[in-house]
Amino acid sequence: MNAATRILRYELQNVRRTRAVLVYGLLLMAVTHALLHFGGGGSRAIVSLLNVVLVFVPMVSLVFGTVYLYSARDFIELLLAQPVSRQSLFAGIWGGLTLPLVLAFVLGTGLPFMWNGGLGDGTAAPLLLLLLSGSLLTAAFTAVAMWIATRHDDRARGLGVALAVWVVVAIAWDGLILLVVASLGDWPLELPLLALSLANPVDAARVGLVLALDAPTLMGYTGAVTQRVLGLPGGAALTLAALGLWVIVPLSCARRRFRRKDF
Amino acid sequence: MTAAPQPAARHGLALVSRRASGVEVERLDKSFGRLRVLREVSATFGAGRTTALIGPNAAGKTTLLKCVLGLVQFDAGQIVVGEDTVGQEESYRRRIGYMPQAPSFPEYLTAGEVTRMLKDLRGQGAALDEDLFMQFDLADSLAKPVRALSGGTRQKLNAALAFLFRPEVLILDEPTAGLDPIAAGILKQKVAAARDAGATVIITSHIIAEMEEMADDVVVLLEGAVRYQGPLSRLASETCESRLERAIAQLMRAGGKSP
Repeated sequence: MNAATRILRYELQNVRRTRAVLVYGLLLMAVTHALLHFGGGGSRAIVSLLNVVLVFVPMVSLVFGTVYLYSARDFIELLLAQPVSRQSLFAGIWGGLTLPLVLAFVLGTGLPFMWNGGLGDGTAAPLLLLLLSGSLLTAAFTAVAMWIATRHDDRARGLGVALAVWVVVAIAWDGLILLVVASLGDWPLELPLLALSLANPVDAARVGLVLALDAPTLMGYTGAVTQRVLGLPGGAALTLAALGLWVIVPLSCARRRFRRKDF
Repeated sequence: MTAAPQPAARHGLALVSRRASGVEVERLDKSFGRLRVLREVSATFGAGRTTALIGPNAAGKTTLLKCVLGLVQFDAGQIVVGEDTVGQEESYRRRIGYMPQAPSFPEYLTAGEVTRMLKDLRGQGAALDEDLFMQFDLADSLAKPVRALSGGTRQKLNAALAFLFRPEVLILDEPTAGLDPIAAGILKQKVAAARDAGATVIITSHIIAEMEEMADDVVVLLEGAVRYQGPLSRLASETCESRLERAIAQLMRAGGKSP
């Protein structure tokens, strides 16, 4: 067993015992259950759930991630003073932060579907895609949190940046797209808009899921465009690829900074 | 003109796991942005000696220690710990036991789990030194989450962990801060025993009496440069002050070039 997995094991223990992750999982479970119970069929529940997930998952990953990393700062110093390479430590910390959040998400949204029997009417594939993109979103935003925490030494500023990132990806981005559509409506904007959507992980996840649910009109403009340009399997693959990129790019930026950082 | 290391009363057993390995710092330079924190710092921390690193606040003491630990990456110069050069492999840290100033452990792990984790990471199964765990009576605390421990107990754990792996080099940042007099006494004895067994001990402290009691050598840092370096006993004669407190105060006031 190498150093990274050793660190990961104890990090998992530590994160698991913070109540926050448990509360997060239970909250998701309650919301999913309520949506399935009162909101009608499985596919409609998935659409409602999608909106919850797209707002909630990035926020929890960003805020919990940065708060956790700042509080673990002295402990990271203690670990760095051990014969452990910075790469292993980085991998262990990120894994220890991401895995419990992913687990809470997958169980919190997946289990209610199981016990409500919502898997019957053709919702298995969209549900799988929802779980997959939610997990990727979690990983992407914990990576962003690592990047923020290694970049800013000041805790308050770090949290501020995290919240700003969340506001941009979850709220302001849609406004930007609407603005572009409204002001440049006469131009052939399909492809640039698609690119703009994929550049934001939250939108990328939305596009993929709405396509999978065969309800592109729910998403208005970009949804219709994407379906026309790509079709369903292509759309799903493209959004997953965009999300994957959103994990890899912030993570490698954070890793490079972490390796050179002065503690 | 540093006196030759004199590992006095050597305890036969302890010596087996401890080779003499000093810490050699050569022309170390470090800037944070435009602020030059260390200016061509050269210092020797001898094996079998306790060296006190002193200087006013913001003199660069912690930065220097962090450079030795690899926490801070220096711009120029070289640090050699034993036979290893800092900055190449991380394995040299196996030789070092570090007691940070304000210990912070993952809050939700128990003290026992933290100890086990460090044992896991170090992978040095044999020859652990659990003496301080016993002397500090930490057995009961091991089952508790770290956040439930008092500040003093956390500091005891911090000290016990620094000595646990029988390191050749001990870096103790304000080691007695927050300890009660009895615990501080135990720790001082432990430090003396480690030094006598050949360990290189580097301590920082603001308590002059404590330095006088523990240290063989001093390195005085002033505005990021070494102001004085040598045996503690010589400091008095060089500054023409009989009391250490005054001697240090004079060095800090005088600034400027080294003697």
